[in-house]
Amino acid sequence: MSQDKCTIQVNGVEVEARPGQMLIEVTDAVDAYVPRFCYHTKLSVAANCRMCLVEVENAPKPMPACATPVAPGMKVHTRSRRAIDAQRATMEFLLINHPLDCPICDQGGECELQDLALGFGRGISRFSERKRVVRDKDIGPLISTDMTRCIHCTRCVRFTQEIAGFQELGTIGRGDRVEISPYIERSVNHELSGNIIDLCPVGALNSKPFRFSARAWELVQRPLVAGHDGLGSRILAHVMNGKVKRVVPEACEDINETWAADRDRFSYEGLYAADRLTQPQLRGSDGWRTVSWGEALDAVAAGLQRANGNALAALVSPSTTLEEGYLLQRLLAHMGSANIDHRLRRRDFREQDQEVEVPWLGMPVAAVEELDQVLVIGSNIRKEVPLLAHRLRKAALRGAGVGFVNPARYPMLFPVADAMVGSVEDFWLQLAVLVRAAAEGSQQPAGLAQLLDIAPAPEERHHRAVARLREGKRAAVFLGHIALRHPRFADIDALAAALARLTGATLGYVPEGANSVGLSLAGVLPHREAGGRPRAQAGANAASIVRAAPAGLILYGVEPDHDCAGGSALQRSAEDGRFVVAFSAFQGKSLQSLADVLLPVSTYFETEGTLVNISGQWQSFAAAAQPPGETRPGWKVLRVLGERLAVPRFDYAAVDAIAAEVRELAGDRLPDTLARQRPAPVAAPVSAGLSSTDLDVPMYQLDALLRRASALQQTEDGLAGLAPVEGRRTA
Amino acid sequence: MQPSDKTALLSSHVRAEIDHWVAKFPEGRQRSAVIGALHAVQHENGGFLTPELMEAVAAYLGLPAIQVFEVASFYSMFETRPVGRHSVSVCTNISCMLCGGEQLLAHVEKHLGITVGQSTPDGRIFLKKEEECLAACTGAPMIMVDHRFYENVTPARAVEILDALE
Ligand code: SF4
Ligand code: FES
Ligand code: FES
Repeated sequence: MSQDKCTIQVNGVEVEARPGQMLIEVTDAVDAYVPRFCYHTKLSVAANCRMCLVEVENAPKPMPACATPVAPGMKVHTRSRRAIDAQRATMEFLLINHPLDCPICDQGGECELQDLALGFGRGISRFSERKRVVRDKDIGPLISTDMTRCIHCTRCVRFTQEIAGFQELGTIGRGDRVEISPYIERSVNHELSGNIIDLCPVGALNSKPFRFSARAWELVQRPLVAGHDGLGSRILAHVMNGKVKRVVPEACEDINETWAADRDRFSYEGLYAADRLTQPQLRGSDGWRTVSWGEALDAVAAGLQRANGNALAALVSPSTTLEEGYLLQRLLAHMGSANIDHRLRRRDFREQDQEVEVPWLGMPVAAVEELDQVLVIGSNIRKEVPLLAHRLRKAALRGAGVGFVNPARYPMLFPVADAMVGSVEDFWLQLAVLVRAAAEGSQQPAGLAQLLDIAPAPEERHHRAVARLREGKRAAVFLGHIALRHPRFADIDALAAALARLTGATLGYVPEGANSVGLSLAGVLPHREAGGRPRAQAGANAASIVRAAPAGLILYGVEPDHDCAGGSALQRSAEDGRFVVAFSAFQGKSLQSLADVLLPVSTYFETEGTLVNISGQWQSFAAAAQPPGETRPGWKVLRVLGERLAVPRFDYAAVDAIAAEVRELAGDRLPDTLARQRPAPVAAPVSAGLSSTDLDVPMYQLDALLRRASALQQTEDGLAGLAPVEGRRTA
Repeated sequence: MQPSDKTALLSSHVRAEIDHWVAKFPEGRQRSAVIGALHAVQHENGGFLTPELMEAVAAYLGLPAIQVFEVASFYSMFETRPVGRHSVSVCTNISCMLCGGEQLLAHVEKHLGITVGQSTPDGRIFLKKEEECLAACTGAPMIMVDHRFYENVTPARAVEILDALE
């Protein structure tokens, strides 16, 4: 038997274990159940609830399984008289101060305390004194508190400290007066804070928007994929009578571990916004009128045919499902147009043909925490993809060097190896300096001379940053949303590729939306067909479409004033002869002024479909909730419309057939992000007055559903998005 | 995370005191200096801590504010709400109780017109809550006034001591 293995006995059965490993891991592995409250596999061991007491032979007293290290030859009993007595005694103490309010507690029916009380509690209480009462804390719009129910396991405290990275909750007071509290009158603000709802084993912390709206056993649980960032987090929608009542994470180690970002957990509230579109609407001479699907689609078919050809264009939300995107681009191609794009907040398309066919992360999500040197360029990563920032944080805590080149010093809650900061317009020059530093002593990378000449001379810190990237065995350079949205993206991209080559790092992209990889594969691009081949004749990109105000425009899940760079320029005047159709879940003021027809289509909660995450994982899911009113899944609407427009081979019976077709075209592998040499562009970039919120869009303003999620809007991040910011161009 | 101007509330004397405590612990263990820091701040602030002061200490030490509040609320020697200038404790633990500590406390309460946990309206005296054994059992009953022990205290002597406080 090797050194790092030993044998112990659990309930009389020989089991293999590692010396030093905690007993509870061993008992869990062999399904010898030990009750617990404070222990959690993702958190440090606190051993403060004492529920996990077990008998260890020759130990003077029962031992907590979560904090007792394995020693060779140990004999453990989890169900002996002594163990059970200890567990029952702990339970009796825990219940002394716990209120008997299960009938009005949201946790009732899914409460760890309730479950264990059934197994280990007494039928009657021997405690006849007064129970203690604890004042509830207001910790913000997302989490409700009933602090009298708290059993002080400190899971929530440890979460804010160890996972979120900034301790926002603590234990105040002591002994039997202890309370869980934020700092005096403060709320809990971290973008992952909602996870403490799941962690809390009792009903002390619950979802505020969900409060008192359903009982756990009335809910049906439906798996789907979160639709706001490219991580592809697995979530479970809890549905009653077709309505989403709440969202919780589904465990998936590869992607979201056991966590959900607040954005994915609370966005569902937007589904029930007052301006939800529930019936097709047609604009007539005397205003909007509700019409049947038939009439609406006739109008759309006629309108699109009138524009036809190159005068037709489509702007598509980067969170649209693969199937919808693919059908839409086929429909447009059939009508003779390649003017379709999902890169709505991008400003620089000068070198789109030189870019990698599919900008993606360049590695699996989970591999990010294994990296040892990272440089993130143009990204407020915590707000862009919260759980990717969590992986980076894990890497940094393991000792990896994580640095940033950014227009601001964003608080990261982990040690930052180097932060190179510049103005919104020019921060990318820091990247040029790094490339200069990296190229010293070797040949200058081809085609970058112009950019490198205007870069200042490298300083010590630049050399250090380059050196650490070079030293890294697993090093990566990532380009985030801010880089992708920058008016000099092409330069940034060329420089980042050069830096990655010179240092041997992997190059990765963090594109926005839930499906930008999928939409790139499905051909929702003006210059590439489905599968990535260049189009014979490139169409207009998102920025040109917005500028050109085409005669026929399809808005797919897009409110241009919020979702497109410069989108508020898109205006309608009466009788301008143009035709605009919006596929949307919401009416929204901007769509009402822009569109001629509004078609109610499902959100990702209400449709089947596929999203491809930034690591290239294809994830298909079924509809979780009932679409309201006449709302239909987008792919079905497009299919019917396509048939009206006589698009050949458009009679897909099921959604899987569409995904399978894209898969056939796209293959299984994503392209090597460094396959092409990218010289810096020659053409000058479009100059645009930029403000930092143009590039760093507030995290709860990213899409139509989020903008209507009321609790999220009341958080600090939500309010930051509503505050009037100078130069901000959203309406 | 904390803008550094939060530390502006701390006097140079308090800063020097905190630095002295930080220096006693290994690099990166400044959390260990919280108790020393809070003593210094409370002393200078007339016997109690405010949310702003605790936050200032946190910012100065580079800790989340809650970690300072945890310590301040845990130890009975820190007051986290405004109290009188002089802190008076009457021990009622077992030795003192057997020697008349409870009567002593009742007498003090009556004389001051407040109960434990309260301060006199003129802000002169704070009668600390339920004090446990202060390790002066040989001189029971005892009272503690601003960290000074008075042993074998009779009710009359207690009044004398209290009335002498400014
Ligand atoms: S609030 Fe919940 S998670 Fe936090 S300590 Fe109390 S019981 Fe544990
Ligand atoms: S689970 Fe072991 S002490 Fe709480
Ligand atoms: S009991 Fe009062 S000092 Fe010990």
